Amino acid sequence: MKFWIGVAVAFGAAAATAAFVDFDYFFFAAYTVLMFVMLATAWNILGGYAGYVNFGTPAFFGLGAYTAAVLYKAFALPLGLQIAAAALMSGLLGLVAGLLTLRLRGIFFAIATIALTVIMETLFINWRYAGGATGLQLLRPPPMAPFESYIKMLFVLMVGMALASIALARYVERSWLGRGLRALRDSEEAAESSGVPTLKLKVFACTLSGALMGACGAPMPMYLSFIEPASTFNLNYAVGALASPMIGGTAHWLGPVIGALVLSSLQQLVTVTISNEMNVLVVGVLLVFFVVVAPDGILGLLKRIFSRK
Amino acid sequence: MSGELLFEAVLFGVLLGGFYAAVSMGLSVSFGLLDVPHVAHPAMMVLGAYCTWLLVGFGLDPIVAGVVLMPAFFLLGVALYRFYYEAFERRGSEAAVRGIAFFFGLALIIEVGLMLGFGVDQRMVEAAYIGRSLSFGEIRLPMRTLVVFGAALVLTAGLTLYMSKTFTGRAIKAVAQDEPALRLMGANPVRIKQWAFGIATAVAAVAGAMLIIIGPVEPGMDRVYIGRTFAVVVLAGLGSMTGTVAAGLLLGVTESIVLIHPDLGASWAPAVSFLLLLIVLGARPQGLFGR
Repeated sequence: MKFWIGVAVAFGAAAATAAFVDFDYFFFAAYTVLMFVMLATAWNILGGYAGYVNFGTPAFFGLGAYTAAVLYKAFALPLGLQIAAAALMSGLLGLVAGLLTLRLRGIFFAIATIALTVIMETLFINWRYAGGATGLQLLRPPPMAPFESYIKMLFVLMVGMALASIALARYVERSWLGRGLRALRDSEEAAESSGVPTLKLKVFACTLSGALMGACGAPMPMYLSFIEPASTFNLNYAVGALASPMIGGTAHWLGPVIGALVLSSLQQLVTVTISNEMNVLVVGVLLVFFVVVAPDGILGLLKRIFSRK
Repeated sequence: MSGELLFEAVLFGVLLGGFYAAVSMGLSVSFGLLDVPHVAHPAMMVLGAYCTWLLVGFGLDPIVAGVVLMPAFFLLGVALYRFYYEAFERRGSEAAVRGIAFFFGLALIIEVGLMLGFGVDQRMVEAAYIGRSLSFGEIRLPMRTLVVFGAALVLTAGLTLYMSKTFTGRAIKAVAQDEPALRLMGANPVRIKQWAFGIATAVAAVAGAMLIIIGPVEPGMDRVYIGRTFAVVVLAGLGSMTGTVAAGLLLGVTESIVLIHPDLGASWAPAVSFLLLLIVLGARPQGLFGR
């Protein structure tokens, strides 16, 4: 109950901000932060609960973005349907990739996801209709009522999607699905021999995680009014989606949220004040620091501090 | 595609394949035999290429520079494995996920470190054999690829001999086959693995030298080599040296044919190794020469 009140308050606050604040840069920046919250939450369903590292966030995110862009170019599909189609496509990609490689050890899955990103990028570089290597300019439609500016609409949309993914991840974590995933994370053999359908669970987690990443990418072409392979399949998405849960803590749905909020706010700050390269370095150093020193992330640190009192 | 063009593609592919086999040798030891998820290996190689560039500035030949770097990289590898072992491997499967994330973070740090130290511009080296080519009738082969191919042969043969003939080499293979048994014999597997990881990293230094001879390097280059080296190692059947050569040649020839093919060309080439990797993972995860 407390959780749902929190969700309602967060959404209400976001809607109120959109109604009363008139500062476009804020919405641009907040959209990016929320996007990383959603990506990290989606990543954690497979990476955190089941312990399968996915380096291929850009593949799922980018496929979602391109699905939306191509459908918009071809049929001028409304944004809602674009998102649904993007989730479907990236979910399918997750299903196929999962069926192919989740039988193997975790490192093979990790490498396969790197491969997916490069293959997806190459496909879209070579697809003329979708703009090829140079990209595709897209004309935004007017915003839907009651919004007067498109970026505010996208901001509220992203708040809604991020909250929905968090609720979904929380549901998975607390249901038998999450228990099964944790069991197979600790010992695949033990879980399998106790009757946990390990492969089915892993493939389910991979599909759901992929679908959420795809949905997260769908509004991106409208956000930029543009889409292009190099930035759509950028490594930054893989880094952000992986590092946030590792920094925040992978065991609880709150971990990736905290991690993404901390990391992307810090990144915005470092990019503006120092340089873009420095910002990648900061993430790398933080990631290594947390996996070595604080394996349970910020949440684990907080728990340790509070239980000591 | 004409027969002559195909012949040229295959010939060039074989040379390229030798190079791919050589740059995958280190990973074949660290990932193939020791089971360390070393996604930062290609980044180490790029680091080796930049160190080579620095030494060439003092008038050294790039290949010699690569060899000179080997002891330093060996020590770096020993230290890195020691750290990995203490922080992750010792703690069992629960830490495996974090181990992968650790190497990913390390690769990022190396990449950005190089970017900050050397800038994002491409670097290349000068040597007598770079820029010239040999002609055999109609076919012209750049001398740099021939030099790299020769060095690759020496490196591959040397490492294969070392692994099969020397005591330590056999010990490394033993640790890969049955670690508990080795422990029961009174040997310390961690020390052997540490040594092996050192060798793998030292090989990465030479591989880096080859990398900068074959063409200009840039800090972000490790990404495409993640695909190539892991494709070769997995296709080879983890840790098999003969397999690594065969898989390297296969990748080299395939990539070269795609590159020359009129309908495909350079924009498809980066995906070849990754597609090959996916197919192998899906269809035959134990590789060509799997144990």
